[in-house]
Amino acid sequence: MNALNKSAIELATAIRSEEISAVSAVEARLSEIATRDAEIAAFVQVLNEEALAAAASVDERVATGEDPGPLAGVPIALKDNLCTRGIPTTCCSRILEGWKPPYEATVVSRLRNAGAVVVGKTNLDEFAMGSSTENSAFGTTRNPHDLSCVPGGSSGGSAAAVAAGFTPLALGSDTGGSIRQPAALCGVVGVKPTYGRVSRYGLIAFASSLDQIGPFATSVADAAMLLEVIGGHDPADSTSIPEAMPSLSECLGQGVEGMRIGLVAELCDGVSSDVARRVSEASEALAGGGATVEEVSVPASRFGLSAYYLIAPAEASSNLARYDGVRYGMRTEASNTVEMNIATRTAGFGEEVKRRIMLGTFALSAGYYDAYYGKALKVRTLIIEDFNRAYEHFDALIAPTSPTTAFEIGSRTDDPLEMYLSDVCTVPSSLAGHPAMSVPFGSGDANENNICLPVGVQVLAPAMGEETMFRVGAFLESVAESVAREALTSEALASRDG
Amino acid sequence: MNENSDSARISEEAVAHVAHLARLRVTPEEQKIFSQQLSSVLDYGKAMEALNLDDVPPTSHPYPLNNVLRDDEISAGSSRDEVLAVAPVAQDNQFRVPPVLEQT
Repeated sequence: MNALNKSAIELATAIRSEEISAVSAVEARLSEIATRDAEIAAFVQVLNEEALAAAASVDERVATGEDPGPLAGVPIALKDNLCTRGIPTTCCSRILEGWKPPYEATVVSRLRNAGAVVVGKTNLDEFAMGSSTENSAFGTTRNPHDLSCVPGGSSGGSAAAVAAGFTPLALGSDTGGSIRQPAALCGVVGVKPTYGRVSRYGLIAFASSLDQIGPFATSVADAAMLLEVIGGHDPADSTSIPEAMPSLSECLGQGVEGMRIGLVAELCDGVSSDVARRVSEASEALAGGGATVEEVSVPASRFGLSAYYLIAPAEASSNLARYDGVRYGMRTEASNTVEMNIATRTAGFGEEVKRRIMLGTFALSAGYYDAYYGKALKVRTLIIEDFNRAYEHFDALIAPTSPTTAFEIGSRTDDPLEMYLSDVCTVPSSLAGHPAMSVPFGSGDANENNICLPVGVQVLAPAMGEETMFRVGAFLESVAESVAREALTSEALASRDG
Repeated sequence: MNENSDSARISEEAVAHVAHLARLRVTPEEQKIFSQQLSSVLDYGKAMEALNLDDVPPTSHPYPLNNVLRDDEISAGSSRDEVLAVAPVAQDNQFRVPPVLEQT
């Protein structure tokens, strides 16, 4: 039986029923990584020995009649900004190179308790600042669908690991789209939960009022199961929502009959025509499934990117002040402490991180606070109010996840603003703290290499609305293939007639 | 000041000042590049100036929870040795840093 083609749920079931062993499942994935990750570079660290030992212990527990948990023996990849006790966690920054956290992130403990096997740490834009993984201090990850293209970012390594078949599951973090955008560009499912749904304890902070950990998977059902495992209240995170995590797996097959779904007009502005076509096909499919689909305006979402690129850098400038060469991480020696702080930070941070620290420091500095940061916080209020008004009439909203399919490596690195525009469709729900997910929905027009790259459709829901969101996501997934086939046929006919 | 600095939202001099506040060192070359790049991001944000925000309260947190306290029970904290083991330089159970005050 081939363990490589199985979903996480199928794999866990097969391992719990002793149909296959966790060790063989993990070995199969490790050997894929060893063979093919040299060209993709999804991982910055592969944990061969640890993974095999963990898998062996899952097998032992199964053999003695114990239940190792819902993710028994399932290989998982972790974005390298999630703390793993005693295992280097770098944020793909020189300043944390080699640092071994003395504690474990809550999500990692929950994964281990559920029987999951951590096989490695994945690449990211340094401190999760970027939309392509090109800002990593340890090299660029390549998109498994087209190696000349980026996988998106910042969780590009996790998205690529799942898309390449290295692991059926991965965790990423999403501050302004860092799970959803790479999921869309790599053709996998990516979920940003409601702010506070998943504990941030042990997630290295970028922008604390925005950061959320979430799943990558090859199917909506796998993503639901992973979120059920990692979600729920954690006393170690004071921003953790006290309410219990609802069962998401139960609502997946319910369809969209009778649901009211809005297509967000502002988030469709300026997206490339192939992406726009897929989104309108998704609307039609939802209507075909019995939902009422209408266009809706969320006016303030137009200002999402402007507000985000002040709020996130402002919070980052404060959070990253802790990298001072005193208690952990890198130190560049100098004659006094202030010079040591400056030398360490100048040598340890990459260009994009410096840019954002300076942008944030400026936005918070005397004389500019009200004009920049203060204004952005007010715009954040307007965005939440406009979303809430929309949710008086709609159960869920849909939009593109990314304005384009995956772009060429190096094509946006010279102009930071152009790179930031990659996040235009994802930042509004981040600012609102609402859940949103990206579901693969067909592919775009052939690129320069004659490859049709994946397109993601984004499903947005109000705070705590994960059940509704997963219901819509599961429906889109169920029709995606037949819709894509039809679209391909009609496009072929149109080009023949033309 | 040159023409570029006048029109830029964040001048090269301001970049140098901000870098100092952020404990970063920038070369004159970097000052110039950062001035242009940061100004273009701030220019993009200019769109917000069209909004009347006078009566809008700010939101600094999307899901406000107040007075989050845990039960007053003793639990294990971090071990001193483990924490010091990852420090750049430790001595006598403390972090060691270069002089903070200059010697005269």
